[in-house]
Amino acid sequence: MEKVFRALADPSRRMLLDRLFAKGGQTLSALAADMPMSRQAVTKHLAILEEANLVAIHWHGREKLHYLNPVPIGDIVRRWVGKFEDARVEALGDFKQHVETKERKHGRGRT
Amino acid sequence: MAEAAPEFVYTVYIAAPAERVWNALVDGDLTRQYWGHENRSDWKPGSRWEHVRVGPGGEVDVAGRVIEIDPPRRLVTSWFSPGDEGDAARTSRVTYEVTAIGEEARLVVTHSDLNEPGMRAGVSSGWPLVLSSLKSFLETGKALDALGARIKELG
Repeated sequence: MEKVFRALADPSRRMLLDRLFAKGGQTLSALAADMPMSRQAVTKHLAILEEANLVAIHWHGREKLHYLNPVPIGDIVRRWVGKFEDARVEALGDFKQHVETKERKHGRGRT
Repeated sequence: MAEAAPEFVYTVYIAAPAERVWNALVDGDLTRQYWGHENRSDWKPGSRWEHVRVGPGGEVDVAGRVIEIDPPRRLVTSWFSPGDEGDAARTSRVTYEVTAIGEEARLVVTHSDLNEPGMRAGVSSGWPLVLSSLKSFLETGKALDALGARIKELG
């Protein structure tokens, strides 16, 4: 988790993740062409993101393609958020059922 | 025809032996516990596989064929919604690769040929949750509650 936070702490690396979120499967050249920094700097940032498992690699022939891997970010979010999600969704489900039941009763009364 | 680059590539590191990770993908009883679905197949090349929702309805949410299988390392499956069976344009492909790293394992899930927008939307939000749940299940014995909530939303 340390590595993930350290990797996310840098704005250039967050920008790289934004680019990969917008379009998965980009090469180093495509990413470097799009970033206001040298190719070497992009290489270095990508290595840090890869090390933190925020970027997944797929070799497509000779091309090294980069993908955003959101799994570690999800782990962080759910560590603090996940517990409440279940209850909230359940409460909404109950509310929906309650309202729809009333609605049906209402409808029957009128016809 | 050259294969197109995949739409999504996900990687998760799991503190469990590769064989356990593999079993958690192909054993229906295990997938029920962390995926909310039973993966059902005899896992022979060419066989059908089904992703059956846990619950009284037992809906088949996804089905497909086993394209390639090499336990405990590599599994390639086709994916389609049951209503799209036989429609190549709406059939995607999922590859699982399990690599042992000492006592741990790396699982890479690659999803390709995802042209069907509904499936694409479900997949992009679904895989990270499923993989986190799998990791939690194998490392702590407990799956994610959030996944149960998502399946209720489907229902």
